[in-house]
Amino acid sequence: MAHSGRRDSPELPDFSLLKRLARDQLIYLLEQQHEVDKLYKVEYKPVFSTSDQLCFLIRPRIQAVKWIYVANADKAAGKFRRYKIIFTPQKFYACEAVLEEQGIFGDVTTDEWAFYLLPLDDDIISLELPEFFRDNFLAGDQRWVRTAGSALHLLHSLYGPFSKIYGIGRCSKMAYESWREQVEEGEQRSRQAEIGKVFLIDRDVDFVTPLCSQVVYEGLVDDIFRIKCGCVEFGPDVTSSDKGIKVMLNSQDKVFHEIRNEHFSNVFGFLSQKARNLQAAYDKRRGMDIKQMKTFVSEELKGLKQEHRLLSLHIGASESIMKKKTKQDFQELLKTEHSLLEGFEIRECFSFIEEHINRQVSMIESLRLLCLLSITENGESSLFKCCVKNSYGVDHLLTFANLRQLGLLVEQQPGETLTVMESKVGKLVNDKTAGKLTDAFSSLAKKSNFRALSRKLNLVPKSDEEYDLRVPRDMAYIFSGAYIPLSCKLVEQVLERDGWTGLEEVTRLLNGHEFSVTGKTTNSSAKNDGQRIILVMFLGGCTFSEISALRFLGRERGYKFIIVTTAITNSSRLMEALLENRV
Amino acid sequence: MMKSKTDEEDYWNSSKFKLKESKQAVNSIRRLVEEDDEDDVEKVSWSGEPVGSISWSVRETAASNQRTDRDPTFPKINANTPSVGKSNSGYSLSSLFKGKPKGGNFLSFTESLGSDSPVRLFAPELRKPKSEYKDYVSDWSPEETIKRMQQGKAVSLEKFRSLQDKLLLLDFAVSAHDGNVITAVTVLFRELESRQTALRHLIQYLSETDEQKLLLELLRALGRTEDAALLQYKEHLSIADENKRRDFLKSCLSLPFSAEDSAHVQNHFTLLERQIVIERGGKVEIFQKFPRRASILNMPLITTLYYCCFYHYTEPEGTYSSPLNIRQTFKISEKQYFVTALAARAKLKAWLDVDALFTSRNWLGFTRKKSPLSFQRVVDILQKNLAPTQVLQDYVALVDDAELRIGLAQKHKCHDIVINTYRDLRDRQLLLGYRGKVERGSAEERKIDELLNNPVRRWRGHLCHRRRVT
Repeated sequence: MAHSGRRDSPELPDFSLLKRLARDQLIYLLEQQHEVDKLYKVEYKPVFSTSDQLCFLIRPRIQAVKWIYVANADKAAGKFRRYKIIFTPQKFYACEAVLEEQGIFGDVTTDEWAFYLLPLDDDIISLELPEFFRDNFLAGDQRWVRTAGSALHLLHSLYGPFSKIYGIGRCSKMAYESWREQVEEGEQRSRQAEIGKVFLIDRDVDFVTPLCSQVVYEGLVDDIFRIKCGCVEFGPDVTSSDKGIKVMLNSQDKVFHEIRNEHFSNVFGFLSQKARNLQAAYDKRRGMDIKQMKTFVSEELKGLKQEHRLLSLHIGASESIMKKKTKQDFQELLKTEHSLLEGFEIRECFSFIEEHINRQVSMIESLRLLCLLSITENGESSLFKCCVKNSYGVDHLLTFANLRQLGLLVEQQPGETLTVMESKVGKLVNDKTAGKLTDAFSSLAKKSNFRALSRKLNLVPKSDEEYDLRVPRDMAYIFSGAYIPLSCKLVEQVLERDGWTGLEEVTRLLNGHEFSVTGKTTNSSAKNDGQRIILVMFLGGCTFSEISALRFLGRERGYKFIIVTTAITNSSRLMEALLENRV
Repeated sequence: MMKSKTDEEDYWNSSKFKLKESKQAVNSIRRLVEEDDEDDVEKVSWSGEPVGSISWSVRETAASNQRTDRDPTFPKINANTPSVGKSNSGYSLSSLFKGKPKGGNFLSFTESLGSDSPVRLFAPELRKPKSEYKDYVSDWSPEETIKRMQQGKAVSLEKFRSLQDKLLLLDFAVSAHDGNVITAVTVLFRELESRQTALRHLIQYLSETDEQKLLLELLRALGRTEDAALLQYKEHLSIADENKRRDFLKSCLSLPFSAEDSAHVQNHFTLLERQIVIERGGKVEIFQKFPRRASILNMPLITTLYYCCFYHYTEPEGTYSSPLNIRQTFKISEKQYFVTALAARAKLKAWLDVDALFTSRNWLGFTRKKSPLSFQRVVDILQKNLAPTQVLQDYVALVDDAELRIGLAQKHKCHDIVINTYRDLRDRQLLLGYRGKVERGSAEERKIDELLNNPVRRWRGHLCHRRRVT
């Protein structure tokens, strides 16, 4: 495992600089404020503090500003305190307007902490803006476009100059424009580029990938335990002690580093091999004399103990994952997803999803499956909508309105409902044939963009071939060999073709908005290693599975990918962002 | 002597106009002068300083406020929706490669400046961005105004008072793709029916600031009545008192929903009304035996049905809390009703009720077990509710697929079924193997032994059997 890939892979730039920058700037801001002795979580309640000045560090959200207004109950109490709000990464006019409306504009001073990029790992940088997705794609609010542009600008000025930028999606285009303007406004330095190429992609170009269950280790851990800011909290069931533990998950964790990109079916084998090696290393002690023992203790023991700890942690996590997944019929769930992606045995999928809903199994899961069905089959039947409202509450008609607006759920026109026709046929012939007929019908009856895209780009490998998950042959391994993520396939194709030529049909199916621009080469070093370092920026979030797929692609092609994302997402986060049945 | 009023106005207007012209002329001179200044300033800039220090990062934010008129390194692309008034230089292949080499010369000079250079102390003073000088002029074009807003600088919007000017400013904001600025301009002016992007920003702003009334008015004025209806319906979520909530839902019934949603809202109202009645109803002794964990109010329909199947199963169909009545009222599908009733009765371990759910009589009066969902699922539900083996095996036996049946039977230790299936398959080897899995000295073991020792029984050849375990 831990594929070494091609020897000539370029080295990644050092992103710790980003952290240092952000930290320094914050310290500078706080020092200006004199000693900040305590930090409070901003909540909807007054702050009790004896200090005569308070400083709040918040995202520029109207809600948060309103909370501060509540915190600022002093004014009514006739108390005088100084307030400062530091917005990060920038302040918005709308927030100031709220302060003005509340009549505290003058009492509060504001500042900005230009903290755009948080390096989560050697190759993952996050803007930590999960709200980007909903704001931009659902509400059509472009407040974060300049933020994205600024983030790109920061990377450009530290690791650039970029030589080529590709992109697809409306937001990508706007972010590019914003970045370009900022480049023009600022100064340019000519130096050796550490990052050569950039690929920008909107999340709504590919909704299928984040809707699928993740089966690569890191993705699974995220799906089940939720990784936050590169940190995960394992409960007592993992640690097999009475309390949980919070750990960082990144390449510093040597065990994790080796299994994070692996298909889950390989992880156990790997871990047990590792455990045997560890045992052997411990066993070396036997028959050592005092001197040898001394060197062993001083040189090896610490490392072994560390490894031991990590190993038992990940074995515990894997066991817990297994337990949870067998409980919820994971196998059948995966089978349904794969059938949907393939377009086979749709009738079984229908009944699986229907049952899922009827039994009131997790609502998020049900919605996710419905969306997957809708996108792959180009529309779901409104029967399901009724089931969902019966099982999870009528309020969800608000959620449905959101899903509809994003195109995640499209209701089939009654006339072309497939099930009617299909069930008639299904009674006559056996199921397998019915599945194939369904496929034939759907391609005739409706224009399903996903199907067409899948065919054009070969996203679904032929199912009759055996797929060895230990020796992946393409990016499909991240979904058990059933599907190559569309987003990553686009990256692969565009890099291969150095642009969108030859992909006209694909971009048409994706509603266009593709671009590919070449910068003025400032020096002749276009051939340096930096040109094989490619920054892929996901606007609206990306999943760990996609990151794994890109790492695989990088190893195959001798690239190194740096993933910049507005946030790490997965199917649950995607769905939760669109729920509307709450105040 | 007296000039007529119109004349006078004409005079003033024209002179004002002239004034403006000359002002502009002066401005442009000023600009030229500044540009010279600027160049000087640029030369003493301090970009040679080690990246990463506090002052560097602070300066970096200041520097991004700088505006220089250098040639673009990257071409513009058209990221606009076509509705925008401003003609954006279209993205063409030729524009990709345009641009003359400039700006590289003095950079090396600035970089050669040591970080300890004393110039540094004065740098912030010197680096006053060019546009700052214009503060004294306060006559920015819409484009410049937007640019300044993007950079978070002071602007004066007094100039933009006519509708035309406002819309022009708005269009520039939209074409800058900066949501922050779009919202700012939009909120200030609110004249934007025809500007979709701006409109979306206003709607988002109003909903974030909880300006419900205004938002509803806006949506109605725009003819988006369905959206308005949904928005209004959403308000029920913040009403805690169930009676008030019910009344509110009732008032929602007349809203212009789509036909489908309208039916759902009607159901929502009926359901809550029903829940209030059920909640008020007497609590029979079963409530003492199985105390409820929560009230039924505001629960989904299926939860309500489950509740009624649990607590009110035997009530006559006429009562509000009877499961059959609920099924009728809300036209619950057979499958959905079945699954829910099954789960509820299984939870209570009322196996006779479970049995009755499946039993149907054909015209000859024979009973047989029928189910709208697969027996595999039924087994699943039953075993999740800890059904005893005797109950489970009845249903495992009904699973059609032999392989699946054996798998389930093994999993749930329904030995009889496994033994019978192997017997029917005439597979001695498998049966022999299974003998090791049953309890020693049990009835099952005896049964296997009987089968194995029966001299009349004919077994299949050892080589041709296949063993597949699901």
